[in-house]
Amino acid sequence: MGSGYLTAILFLPAAGAVLIAFVLTSRERLLRWTAAIFTFVPFALSVILFALFDRSPGAAGVIQFEEKALWIAPINAHYHLGVDGLSLPLMVLTAFLGFLAVLISWKIHLRVREYFAWLLLLETSILGVFLSLDLLLFFIMWEIEVIPMYFLINIWGAGRKEYSAIKYVVYTLFGSAFMLAGILSLYFTTGSLSMLDIGQKGLALVQSIMPAAPIFWLLLIGFAVKLPAFPFHTWLPDAHTDAPTAVSVMLAGVLIKMGGYGMIRLCVTMFPPVAQQYAIILVILAIIGVLYGAAVTMRQTDFKRLIAYSSISHMGYVLLGIFALGKVSMVGAALQMFSHGLVTGLLFAMVGLVMHNTHERDLRKLGGLARQVPVITVVFSVAGLASLGLPSTSGFAAEFLVFVGSFSSSLVPGIQVFTILGVLGVVVTAGYILWMLQRVFYGPPLEQYNGTADADTLEKVYMFAFIAVIMLVGIYPAILTDIIKLGISPVVGLLGG
Amino acid sequence: MNLTLFIPEITMVVTAAIVILLDLFIERKRWLAQVSIAGLVIAGGVAIAMWGGSYPAIFNNMLAVDSFALFFKLLFMGIAFLVILASTDYVSKFFRFQGEYYALVLLATLGMMLMAATTNLIAIYIALELTSISLYALVGFLKDRKSTEASLKYLLLGAIASAVLLYGMALVFGFTGKTQLAEIAQVIQSLPPMTLLASPGLLLGVVLLVAGFGFKIAAVPFQMWVPDVYEGAPTPITAYLSVASKAAGFALILRVFFSAFGMPVWLSLHWGYIFAALAVISMTIGNIIAIPQTNIKRMLGYSSIAQAGYLMVGLAAMGLASGGSILGQSGVLFFLASYAFTNMGAFIAIIAISNKLDSDLIAEYSGMGKRAPLLALALTLCLISLIGMPPAAGFMAKFYIFSAAVNHGLLWLVIIAVINSVISAYYYLRVVKVMWLGEAASSEKVPSSGALRLALFLCCLGVLLLGIIPGSVMKLAQLAAYIFAY
Repeated sequence: MGSGYLTAILFLPAAGAVLIAFVLTSRERLLRWTAAIFTFVPFALSVILFALFDRSPGAAGVIQFEEKALWIAPINAHYHLGVDGLSLPLMVLTAFLGFLAVLISWKIHLRVREYFAWLLLLETSILGVFLSLDLLLFFIMWEIEVIPMYFLINIWGAGRKEYSAIKYVVYTLFGSAFMLAGILSLYFTTGSLSMLDIGQKGLALVQSIMPAAPIFWLLLIGFAVKLPAFPFHTWLPDAHTDAPTAVSVMLAGVLIKMGGYGMIRLCVTMFPPVAQQYAIILVILAIIGVLYGAAVTMRQTDFKRLIAYSSISHMGYVLLGIFALGKVSMVGAALQMFSHGLVTGLLFAMVGLVMHNTHERDLRKLGGLARQVPVITVVFSVAGLASLGLPSTSGFAAEFLVFVGSFSSSLVPGIQVFTILGVLGVVVTAGYILWMLQRVFYGPPLEQYNGTADADTLEKVYMFAFIAVIMLVGIYPAILTDIIKLGISPVVGLLGG
Repeated sequence: MNLTLFIPEITMVVTAAIVILLDLFIERKRWLAQVSIAGLVIAGGVAIAMWGGSYPAIFNNMLAVDSFALFFKLLFMGIAFLVILASTDYVSKFFRFQGEYYALVLLATLGMMLMAATTNLIAIYIALELTSISLYALVGFLKDRKSTEASLKYLLLGAIASAVLLYGMALVFGFTGKTQLAEIAQVIQSLPPMTLLASPGLLLGVVLLVAGFGFKIAAVPFQMWVPDVYEGAPTPITAYLSVASKAAGFALILRVFFSAFGMPVWLSLHWGYIFAALAVISMTIGNIIAIPQTNIKRMLGYSSIAQAGYLMVGLAAMGLASGGSILGQSGVLFFLASYAFTNMGAFIAIIAISNKLDSDLIAEYSGMGKRAPLLALALTLCLISLIGMPPAAGFMAKFYIFSAAVNHGLLWLVIIAVINSVISAYYYLRVVKVMWLGEAASSEKVPSSGALRLALFLCCLGVLLLGIIPGSVMKLAQLAAYIFAY
């Protein structure tokens, strides 16, 4: 039985949100420090759990730090938390980015109380998605996230923020509407809301009552909207671009990972034969996402929008890795989720910093900043190189595993062709990243940016925290892959691969 | 004949009479509300004490005293309690007839309590009329142009609906020769299906009953009265109509359709699909017409039509279950309880805000997050609950009722319903946006009385409790629905 660690990690941010919203006086310093403390403690706890996690091969597929209590008796719903190799890295990542998001928001001065309350509530709901092992709890956490996002984009965003906020909400609710129908069908056919029970013996039960494919697709639509997979991606550039910096970090860093996580945890684990049957469709969508996303990214002139579009392309690799259905490819997909969270999180933080210090976001007007802001330039370059998958960064390890794993996968016919097409995406990525770096930082310095502030101490702290983890995972990926394998191998076992 | 089983109802009548008489003699009109509440508390206490027992029907089997009736009696008294708490400020604006106002609320509640308990067509009609006539008067209580128009419209359309209902009852009676629901069921089941199908009289009767009840629950296409009446009526009465009157309609439908027409299977499938069709058009039309509304009371009027649609998903599940399970029935009961808290909460916040603004236009709510943060927060919570998003009660209600529908092969209906919820998010969130993002027209705070704040607090508490730990209320709903199991 659990010792309450996960509950503490899950609800400390929410407790902080309640404290900030209803109890504390409105002194900004106090609110900021409270938010920092209530996100740092869960992060520290999650690192402790990461260290305590049993990595022995015998722990494959075993849920650790499990907590379970009866919650709603009449519908057989439980308060059930736990982590395995798949969810543990994502939990650590969420707690890490949650803490850094508070630091990134240090200079927010508009309606501070509400801002931090919503930000902390957002963290709890994302953590809840990764920690829940009960479908009802999972879905509740999945839905709660929408409300903080709506307010955060709407009030503290920029540009067409009202349009982007409602677009985000409608897309997300649209996806989760189908997901709810899928979950209800699972509940009806198996009589259970436990992900573990359904994962183990669900399919036979489901198929005895109704065909499994519709349920698979209902769930998949919900996750595909969130990931986002082509053709459900159009909310992403708007929401990412118009959200405040810290929220873009959370959004790109962990929120869209809920989609990939859900696909592995529910769609593939519960319906292995159905997943195999339709994998080719999803692989094609993944490749379209990779190439189309990269091509559109190339054409962007807005700094932040460029980074936003690059996510579509990178999430295509996740989709490819998952539905190549190989062990290595899925490990790669999970690692890519972690890596993309760090790299794109850092990129958004840096874009926010550049925009804050120069008051300019148009790539055609920026240029030659390397002289004026050397620290930002170096960090941005490292993040950019990680994004294009340079060896020794986490991006390389992840994409390498995805491609190798997909190419050698035996379950999806013709996967080799698609993998090669996907690799082409990397070339385009190198193109737009390097071109962007060149346009913003290199070239002749521009006079109007003389005297632009470089990163201050606080900003340096979180930048180097990001880079340290990116390099760590890049140089020694086994620190994560050993854990991820424990979560993936039982899934692959179900596929017979 | 055991009159002790009738004590809650007797208490309501006596309280209503006392309130009218007291109004003649006392100067401090505040006491009227307090006396009404005292009466409700006594009646409610007796009803709670009766929970769990099994009692015989009273008045020659006219009134059942079962857990289903008790569940609804408690629900109606709870709603009346909240309405009276929320009315105290509003009513103090009237010069005269304050006593009558409270008495009419109590009498309408009494009528609804009887609606939930009757098992006889004639008694059903009388209980329905007691409720309706009280409500006609209450809707016109402001006596201004809009309120009078609303009252007249409600009266005329209500009278037509009553006539339709009566005609349906007459057909059912003509076909079976009985007015007692259980006896009607016996006659229907004893006849061979071919006899029933040969003459469409019985089916026509059933359809007319659906139409008559459909008016009460504001289902499309019997919803014509809703927007004008909701807009014109005093706001506490609008709240009362939207919650209690709808719940009473559903109580009647559940009892009549299950007790009289629950068997044979082909009959229950018939009305199950009728309700499924009504559910689809009610949800869709209610939600789509709510989008362009600029008056918040009208918007909630259309929203209540949509909510009736979600509720009818539960009725459809009940029809398709053909007595096989009580999930649909208990889903409807749980949904009604959570809807009561949610919609009452929303309307109470609106009462407080419109007392200050003298307007119900959504645009006027601009900047309410600054002027009245707690009211705005409560209204936001209730609107989120109406969308059906967690952690509010509305989500659990939808989860429960939709799971019943999926259980009985209505996945297609559930998909339509969840997509409708997404559409509804658009107009509910517009109010939220105006309140939290708009600029305040003035920096004046919005005052609210203690009674109103108490009522609002209770509603929000209910919304959160039913949203987070709904287990015990679900259990109550299941116990109440057990009378509908073969």
